[in-house]
Amino acid sequence: MRHTLSVLVENNPGVLARVAGLFSRRGYNIDSLAVGRTENPDISRMTIVVEGDDRVLEQVVKQLRKLVDVIKVQDITSEQYVSRELLLLKVHADSNTRGEIMQIVEIFRARIVDIGPKTLTIEATGDEDKIEAIENALRPFGIKELVRTGKIALLRGSRTSNINGVKEEE
Amino acid sequence: MELTGAQILIKVLEDLGVDTVFGYPGGAVLPIYDALYDSKITHYLTRHEQGAAHAADGYARASGKVGVCFATSGPGATNLVTGLATAYMDSVPVVAITGQVATSLLGRDSFQEADITGITMPITKHNYLVKDPGDLARTVVEAFYIARTGRPGPVLIDIPKDVSAARARYEFPEKVELPGYKPVLTPGEEEVNKAIALINSSERPLIFTGGGTVNAGAEQLLLAFAEKINAPVVASLMGLGGFPGEHPLFLGMLGMHGTKPANYAVSECDLLIAVGVRFDDRVTGDVNSFAPKAKIIHIDIDPAEINKNVRVEVPLVGDVKNSLELLIKGVKEKKPEKWLQYVFGLKEKYPLTYNQECGLKPQKVIETLYKITGGEAIIVTDVGQHQMWAAQFYKFNKPRRFISSGGLGTMGFGLPAGIGAQVARPEQQVIVVSGDGSIQMNSQELMTAAAYNIPVKVIILNNGYLGMVRQWQELFHQRRYSQTKLKNPDFVKLADAYGIRGMRIKKEENLEEKLLEAINYTGPVVVDVWVDREENVFPMVPPGGAIHKMIG
Ligand SMILES: Cc1ncc(C[n+]2csc(CCOP(=O)(O)OP(=O)(O)O)c2C)c(N)n1
Ligand SMILES: [Mg+2]
Repeated sequence: MRHTLSVLVENNPGVLARVAGLFSRRGYNIDSLAVGRTENPDISRMTIVVEGDDRVLEQVVKQLRKLVDVIKVQDITSEQYVSRELLLLKVHADSNTRGEIMQIVEIFRARIVDIGPKTLTIEATGDEDKIEAIENALRPFGIKELVRTGKIALLRGSRTSNINGVKEEE
Repeated sequence: MELTGAQILIKVLEDLGVDTVFGYPGGAVLPIYDALYDSKITHYLTRHEQGAAHAADGYARASGKVGVCFATSGPGATNLVTGLATAYMDSVPVVAITGQVATSLLGRDSFQEADITGITMPITKHNYLVKDPGDLARTVVEAFYIARTGRPGPVLIDIPKDVSAARARYEFPEKVELPGYKPVLTPGEEEVNKAIALINSSERPLIFTGGGTVNAGAEQLLLAFAEKINAPVVASLMGLGGFPGEHPLFLGMLGMHGTKPANYAVSECDLLIAVGVRFDDRVTGDVNSFAPKAKIIHIDIDPAEINKNVRVEVPLVGDVKNSLELLIKGVKEKKPEKWLQYVFGLKEKYPLTYNQECGLKPQKVIETLYKITGGEAIIVTDVGQHQMWAAQFYKFNKPRRFISSGGLGTMGFGLPAGIGAQVARPEQQVIVVSGDGSIQMNSQELMTAAAYNIPVKVIILNNGYLGMVRQWQELFHQRRYSQTKLKNPDFVKLADAYGIRGMRIKKEENLEEKLLEAINYTGPVVVDVWVDREENVFPMVPPGGAIHKMIG
């Protein structure tokens, strides 16, 4: 099963290497990892999507917590959360297909951000399902290049997952 | 007070109470060695940085204090790697200080540059690259705090040359603030109550003690606990000495070369109380047939050890001492008569034995060492058959008396770790039990022992083989002794070359007399003991097998 972990880390050099090294060393499978600063410039948040059964997940979470630079690890999979991913996609487009592609972009509320003589570059944000769907819808036209940021997520409502002391789950 | 980075380093080490460092100088640590020149700290110059790391490790294991080693950048730092990995696997508090090329040269493949923080990431509890001399004091204090608290382990601090040369204000940082590092010290009440109920209702309880008990200094509590519930006790290799080896409740070591009583008891118990252990595969054998009838209570300071290798019923995450105190308070006194009868029967039926008939037996050497030291020596081993015989035939009644590379199994550990142990405990008899293969992996450290007159006694159980590997070849590879027969130097002459007393024992007749002579000698001694060449370590659980199915 896929799990989404929200991980707060100290913004120290090497912290990404520590986390990535831990995953590869112990044979855990990362689906995606997105990292960036939080409201506190000394702290970054990593959103990690990891594949594994409960037993593996228990170890992943505990091994992450063991890293001195890791402040807090939360498995938010079963929580209410909003998640987004950003997709940039360059698709083959000629005068015949351009119109149809633009319709698809419309339907998904995506945007065209660049136009080439034979291509359109499309930006889409959304949850995983939407990103997959737009990718699938555009595939028949010929995707030339594609990049995804990986998922980022925050808990819904007024609940937060910031440091508040210990790195235990709430 | 304005000091150079190097002076800050030495000052903060002094302020932390460090009086002993093992190390080796070089270009990138010149400023540090210059500052050391004016310090009260005693520096032991080993002959290889690996020796320095193992010596710091042995020092820490023998004393319970943090061991410290220094090395220069590049090759000096990479030479520490095996030592750090050894300390990491056995949870030993070591702080390693390495020099690094100047910050302006970092990342440019400069002369003697190696990314030692990158290299040691998976084999240290934490590590640092210090880029500002103003951060040095805080970093060192943090490193010591991390190394010795929670589950202990090695921490490395990499200091670029310009950082140790630059000046900054020094102030001893009184507080350590690490938002991501908060060891849990006391187990949850609910779990404790569950554990107490399980213990009270169990009919065949067994205690399994490991290195965590020794690290926590919880041996007295463990004894009180075992005696209150009259549970027999087994130990991992790292746990030897955490419970008195001669106590009637002690069944011996568990695992691949464990005793039959220990391995059978684990297979029969209905409750396994695991104290500061990590269920290594050398202990469990086939995990699926490990302790098949038992519920498991697991006491450990490291939450990540819970359910890592075996599923447990009740986890008690916290300091071993705190956990045992709570259990002792809560449990009812008990005496599981039938169970005790069973395990005492096993002890009687299956004592550790060996064939005494032909030649000088390595086991006999260990037994004799035990006899003539009254069980009071610190035994430091290398890795191989001799290590297992030392674990089996020397009885350890006190903690920190058996020092051995358990997790990593590092040949070459013995001599330098023995030197470290002797430096930490000058009043104690320190005996290094080594093999003819292992001793050659760090024999240059004989010079360290000679130079500082560190009176370690090195007993080489010389069988002319990489014995443990030969044993596996004999048992599992049709006696095809591929690359395990050794041509050896004359160890007596080798000792002599270093200015160390060398002795040789070839016959059992004068074994005791000669060993006595060796241990009573005031300086370091090397004793080359020619033992039966093809003796094997038994009992043995074939790799991956169930631990109650032993051969021998
Ligand atoms: C650094 C290192 N290299 C290789 C091994 C694999 N190994 C384990 S035991 C052993 C043989 C050790 O020989 P010796 O020191 O003579 O001890 P003996 O088994 O003969 O008592 C070897 C090669 C190891 N443990 N460590
Ligand atoms: Mg040998």
